[in-house]
Amino acid sequence: MHKQAIKDNLLLGIIYVCASLSVLLLAGILIYVCVKGIGAINWSFLTEVSSSLKGTVGIAGNILNTVYIIVLSMLFSLPVGIGAAIYLNEYAKPGKLVSSIEFAIETLAGIPSIIYGLFGMMFFGQSLRMGYSLLTGSLTLSLMILPLIVRNTQESLKTVPDSYRQGAIGLGAGKWYMIRTILIPCSLPGIITGVILSVGRIVGESAALLFTAGSAKILPKTVKGFFGKIFQSGGTMTIQLYLSATADGDFTTAFGIAFVLIIIVFFINILTKVLAKKFDNTKE
Amino acid sequence: MENIIEVRDLNLFYGEKQALKNINMDIRKNSITALIGPSGCGKSTFLRTLNRMNDLVDGVKIEGSIKIEGQEIYDKNYDTISLRKKVGMVFQQPNPFPMSIYDNIAYGPRVHGIKDKKTLDKIVEDSLRQAAIFDEVKDSLKKSALGLSGGQQQRICIARALAVHPDILLMDEPTSALDPISTLKIEELMEQLKKNYTVVVVTHNMQQAARVSDGTAFFLVGDLVEFGSTKQIFSYPKDKRTEDYITGRFG
Amino acid sequence: MISSKERIAKIVVTGCASVAIFAICSITVYMILKGVPALFKVGPLELLFGTVWKPTGSNPSYGILYIILSSLLATTCAVGIGVPIGLMTAIFLTEIASKKLASIVSPAVELLAAIPSVIYGLLGMMILNPVLFKLEKIIFANSTTHQFTGGANMLAAIIVLAIMILPTVINMSASAIRAVPKSLKQASLALGATKMQTIFKVILPAAKSGIVASVVLGIGRAIGEAMAINMVAGGAVNMPLPFNSVRFLTTQLVSEMSYSSGLHREVLFTVGLVLYIFIMIINFVLLKIKKKGEQHA
Repeated sequence: MHKQAIKDNLLLGIIYVCASLSVLLLAGILIYVCVKGIGAINWSFLTEVSSSLKGTVGIAGNILNTVYIIVLSMLFSLPVGIGAAIYLNEYAKPGKLVSSIEFAIETLAGIPSIIYGLFGMMFFGQSLRMGYSLLTGSLTLSLMILPLIVRNTQESLKTVPDSYRQGAIGLGAGKWYMIRTILIPCSLPGIITGVILSVGRIVGESAALLFTAGSAKILPKTVKGFFGKIFQSGGTMTIQLYLSATADGDFTTAFGIAFVLIIIVFFINILTKVLAKKFDNTKE
Repeated sequence: MENIIEVRDLNLFYGEKQALKNINMDIRKNSITALIGPSGCGKSTFLRTLNRMNDLVDGVKIEGSIKIEGQEIYDKNYDTISLRKKVGMVFQQPNPFPMSIYDNIAYGPRVHGIKDKKTLDKIVEDSLRQAAIFDEVKDSLKKSALGLSGGQQQRICIARALAVHPDILLMDEPTSALDPISTLKIEELMEQLKKNYTVVVVTHNMQQAARVSDGTAFFLVGDLVEFGSTKQIFSYPKDKRTEDYITGRFG
Repeated sequence: MISSKERIAKIVVTGCASVAIFAICSITVYMILKGVPALFKVGPLELLFGTVWKPTGSNPSYGILYIILSSLLATTCAVGIGVPIGLMTAIFLTEIASKKLASIVSPAVELLAAIPSVIYGLLGMMILNPVLFKLEKIIFANSTTHQFTGGANMLAAIIVLAIMILPTVINMSASAIRAVPKSLKQASLALGATKMQTIFKVILPAAKSGIVASVVLGIGRAIGEAMAINMVAGGAVNMPLPFNSVRFLTTQLVSEMSYSSGLHREVLFTVGLVLYIFIMIINFVLLKIKKKGEQHA
């Protein structure tokens, strides 16, 4: 009995040590980035473009590139992802095709971003001759976030009660009409959660973009340039962080970007939490 | 016969809410006592005070005295580990661990420091025999306990409780999740167990209380309304509320 | 009219679902088509088991053995460090910490799982490398053969990876532990087991498949990580010793892809293929575990 008490206390001690190590480490990371990064943040940092000619430091171009990639990736991935989820949940009958689609989605979710980068460069960049461009990067990332969109949409489709489906069908509505008017609105919270998580993933992505979207950071000057930019190279915030830290040795900018990224990730996290709560309420 | 459990002026609160009110009860050794009453009357809560499982609930407060074999179990220095060794428990839902039948039964003895393989083998066999399930599982001791039927799982859980050699066995609606045949088997088993153990059983099923128990206690919203021999409670209840309940007028 | 609309809808959603299959097939085909040729141009043995990496020399040599070993070793060590700490933290959050404390820490851990890997790399450069450099100067003070790395070495990569997999391991293990039925815990306690005995002998075994899945996912994350460790691990192809500057499968691609050409580039694709094969094995194992877990539930 006594021996057991010693053993228990030893184990408890180890648990406490490990837990405090993790917590301190993780808290330390957040605090360190905030303390180091907040100093770099000012209006011109967020609204100007770094230029050695003008002597300005700013990440406006990178922010814009990030937005480009988010919007374009969503444009490609969202319809396909929702469509795939609807197929899996509403149309598919268990069989070879479904299990291979499920397998494909699971596997896509497990592929690291560097492989996506490599594939994106070879397929979109070289085979389809898109080169280093925001379009190449977006297409690459739209494959990467596909599992997130499909999974989250599927989850919320599953929570729509069957009685809704039967009710609509019973009124003489066609299946697609029922999906369009009942299922998609009902599963909106899950779709939005998928979108937000994908935005988080895109904002944090670097390895998949290095060989696909490149690293340019200039702002377009004309409306034509605004659309033309899609076919040009553009580095997101994470890419700029990487380049600032490694190639330029400009750690002030790097930490400034790190701070901005953490703030974004923080809000994304809160947003998904809030949505999940709302989601739960509708279920009850 | 001597009293093995003596409860005096027991009050229990969940936060502000009083769940047990001034309970006094003596339970004789080697008897079966049934606790009956409608849902939420406090019978399960009372059962869980006897092995201090209520300690696990947040914000629970207990006043009064419970003596088991003459020792005050709510004494500050009283060791809950040795209490729970002395007072075994079987739950409403069969809850075998996700491991082999053998490891399920040997879990308790191992936890209490028994390592010798031969001793463990003997304890496992004895416990399974006492729980009247040895013959059904003797060839599959290494198989997962989760593969058994609900009734078999519940008897495994009884064997698991017996393996630590308790004096008292608490059963919290042990048959409510089982089919009639398994229920009958467990009831027969309780009759057998009486020889060596003191059994306290919570039940929703009044026929079951009448069939198996020596004494019956009727609880209503935290009060112990009436406690006496099962014969007396079911034939000449003293309290009008007891009569109403056992004749099915409410509950 | 309606029926044709319905038919089109069905075709379209089926097409959407097939995109996933199409994507995974084309990725696989591209990785193989691009990665295999160099394997035979250089020779499989020479490429996979050669230890000299001199792609741009006049007599180029393409041995990636050290690169493969570095990746495997760093992953193993990072998992060896990160998993026990993560698992213990998960136990703390689910079984020991007060509800209030857990409700503060758990969201913070979730937040860390979403932090971009370049930030981990940046912090590694700023904090870890200087510390390791000091350590390096003490340990190799009298060494004549050691090549100083400025703290950018294998050890730094292992530590960064271990920290990076922590949130994954903590989050997934904690949810696996939370999913263990309360009744098992009660049964164990009612048998007179202590809290620790209950945790280690009943709860953890019952949560096994979820915990193993978290470990495999951690392995996948560690072996696939590129940017963070590229920032802290130096970048010379070396034997994977703690204080050596090293290259991994991933960082090899990150650092040389942009300027490589010809056979050098083709060999890099082979490196990608090797990484892809490792990842597929891990994915496969993970799927098997998940399936098994579902069957039990």
